[in-house]
Formats: sequence, structure tokens, C-alpha cells
Amino acid sequence: MTRYFTQDHEWIDVDGTSGVVGITDYAQSQLGDITYVDLPAAGTAVKKGDAPCVVDSVKAASDVYSPVSGTITAANDALGDAPETVNTDPEEGGWLFRIDLSDVSELGGLMDQAAYDAYVAEL
Amino acid sequence: MLTLPLDAWHRARGGRMVEFAGYWMPVQYEGIIAEHLWTRTSAGLFDVSHMGQLFISGEGVEAALEAVLPIDLSTLKPYGPRYSLLLDENGGVLDDLMVTRWNSGFYLVVNGATKWDDIGHLRENLPDEVTINHLDDSALLALQGPKAFAALERVVTGEYPLSALTFMKGGQFKIDGVDAWISRSGYTGEDGFEISIPAADAERVADLICAQPEVKPIGLGARDSLRLEAGLPLYGHDLSPETSPVEAGLLFGINKRRRTEGGFPGAERILREIAEGTARKWVGLVLEGRQAAREGATVHLGAQQVGVVTSGGFSPSREQPIAMAYVATAQAAPGTKLEIEVRGKRLAAEVVSTPFVPHRYFRGA
Repeated sequence: MTRYFTQDHEWIDVDGTSGVVGITDYAQSQLGDITYVDLPAAGTAVKKGDAPCVVDSVKAASDVYSPVSGTITAANDALGDAPETVNTDPEEGGWLFRIDLSDVSELGGLMDQAAYDAYVAEL
Repeated sequence: MLTLPLDAWHRARGGRMVEFAGYWMPVQYEGIIAEHLWTRTSAGLFDVSHMGQLFISGEGVEAALEAVLPIDLSTLKPYGPRYSLLLDENGGVLDDLMVTRWNSGFYLVVNGATKWDDIGHLRENLPDEVTINHLDDSALLALQGPKAFAALERVVTGEYPLSALTFMKGGQFKIDGVDAWISRSGYTGEDGFEISIPAADAERVADLICAQPEVKPIGLGARDSLRLEAGLPLYGHDLSPETSPVEAGLLFGINKRRRTEGGFPGAERILREIAEGTARKWVGLVLEGRQAAREGATVHLGAQQVGVVTSGGFSPSREQPIAMAYVATAQAAPGTKLEIEVRGKRLAAEVVSTPFVPHRYFRGA
């Protein structure tokens, strides 16, 4: 399993053609207290850069962009009662959705952990 | 971008600084929900030094101010702030403000984002004999919450005790030797105080107040969620030149004598609206579920759009989304079921009476 990052502060764990997507710790710290997550339905087809998911904080609603194209296979329904998990555990328990990748070559445009850490350090 | 007298103080305390009203201001320290709930249960210190503090004086100041504000100054006793409105010729709202009678003139507190326009508007509409003094060497702090009195009483001295102040009363005190104009007022719905002090002493006073165990510094984020729960309008969002104070339910800002006599900007429209009613009203809405509706979201009854949200967000105290909206008067009664469109979805909402969280002003023992 390999973890990749986007410039919009999503992460994706990829194993073969299946991926798990969430937002990074940096993203949650910028958003502040998360009060609601609008999750996508399984079966939804998305293109890389689409926003199938919205994270609501006290301050604002923010799109979560899909790092890759594919089909949503599941969403983290536990966030319905506990959206604050995205604040407390953004890169594990606060995952947002699972996706079946349609084009693994898109991963080539994403960052690895070291590149993402360097990117955040510049912000 | 300008900096506030407490800029370094906010940064040293971990405030996340954002641009607001032309200033760097702290949006949060530890988190909006924690700060919000702390203010509702203890006491929060807010830096509102971006707001404009003006002193208006000179020959004929009383009549001159009544020509630009719908206020009745003949009933305004010394030292107690009163809410008023700066209106344009059409009765649209240019700003909302507080007016206090001091010994030799009137002390006004106006919104930060509008203060330069307000000063220009006042200068243009007040006679030359009336002087506008912008007190830009003063800082303004707000201490709000059920324990604000206990915390502040410990650090103030004065000719009379702090307990002499009830809601919307003010007086001159000292905090650690610093001259402080203090009124029992604020914008959270809680008991609390607004404190005007020389900018040069702001750090020392803020340190002393925050050293009280009841008090934490609170950012703009919680200030906004607190005032929304209190059902209070925010200029530039809920009020604008396109809204009239009658639609917004701010009749208490148009004093009784002025409602019959008029003689203020926009009086023709406003007196007509008071007599005949308005086509829309500013109301509170509670949403089902957890997804919030924000400024600009449209309000619907079936296929028909009946309104628009002007402020909205998640209420930390009620743990549900709340909003304020202008809706058609026919749909403005509490209990009316409506829908709000958010990102292509319709969210169920119900009109409720405001405030969303009861006010707890101190009106006397």
C-alpha cells in the first residue's frame, strides 16, 4: 500500500486499483472544527478533480477533490454521528471514501509523503 | 493591511490571524467550538479594536445628530449606550452603531469595515460647528460570559462599584491605574462588558483580565457564532443599503418620538413600512440534520423561492445548524416549514423565534 498526496491536501492510500481517500492533518487544522461531512454514495463515478465530498466546519463548507478518477465503492458512514473524527484522526479513522481507480497512471501526478511535507512547510 | 494594538499579543497566544475589516485579527486560538462554549459558560475576552470609536461634540450637536440618526436623544440619559442606525436617503442601512451621551458630547461605536465611510458620511451631513474626533488611539475590548462580572470586578476600581452597572449602563473606571470607559453591553447575548482603554495600555489590561481564571481570549470565529445564536445582525451580511431596519425587525433602533415626527434620512419609507408592513422579514431558521446553510443560500416553499439566507452556520450550543434569512412575510411566522438549497440539495428548515439561545443580560439583582 502506498500513500500519495495532492496539492489540495487530500491523501489517498492505494493498493492495486483500490484507494482510500481522506484529508490531511494540515487540512483539518486549517478548516477548524468539523461539524458535518457530506459523503458520496457508493456507485458514484468521479473524475480526478471532481468534488464528490464536502466537509463543513464552523467557518465554511469546503470541497474535497478526488485525487483520481474511478468509482466510489464506500463512504465512512461513522462520520455521520462523529464528524469530529476528521479533526482528531484525519489520516486514519477520519477517512472519507473508498474508490476503485480507473486509471492508476494518474498517481504519477501526486506527491509522496516527503514531497508533501516539503510542500506544506512552504505554505 | 493594518495591525491592532494587541497584534503581537494575539500572535503570542497562538491566535490564527486572518484579514478582517482591513486588519489582521485572530479568528481562533484553540478552536471555535471550544471558545464559543467557554464564553457561554465562563468568560471570553474579545479584541474589537477594529471598530470605530468616535466622539462627536460642538454647538448644536444634539439636533445635528438627530438629523442623521433615528434616535431620540431627549430620552438618552448620560453614560448608557443605545443602539441606533446610520441610514441613507432611501432608508437603507449604512451601518448600525451604539450611541452614548458623555458630558460634553456623544461617544459612538461603529463597525470596523464601515468606519471610514461612516466618518465621511457624518462629516458631510453634520454642520461645521460639530466636531468628529476619531479616537483611534483607543483600544476596545469586550469581556463576555456569565463569569465576566466576577472576573472584571476583581481588577477594576472606581467611584462606585462595577455592580452599579446594569445592562446598557456605563461609567468611568480604572483597571490597574489605566482609565477605562466600561459599559455593560456586548454582542454575544451574554452578560458582559465593553471596555475602552488607551491603545498604549491595551497589552497590560488584556494580560491582567486574561490572568483571571474565568477568562480566555476568544477569536472572531466564536464571536460570529455567538452573535448568530443571539439572533443579532452583522452589518454587511444581515444589514446593508438594500435592507431596511423595519424588515430586519430593528424597530427598537428607531425611537418612539421619531416614528411619529420623522425628520431622519429615509423617514418617508420607514414610517410607511411601520404603518403598512414590509414584503419580507428577517427571521431565524433551524435546519434538520447537521449540514449548515450559509450566506446566499436560497430559501424555498415548494417550487417558489421565498427568501435568502444572510447568516448561517453550526450552532455549538444547540449542536445543530441555524440561519438567519429574509423571507416573504407570508412565510415568516414561527413554525413555517421551508427548504434551503445548499449545493443543489434541499435541506428541511423551520422558522423559529429568535434568539436561538436565550439572552442572559444583567438587568438588575
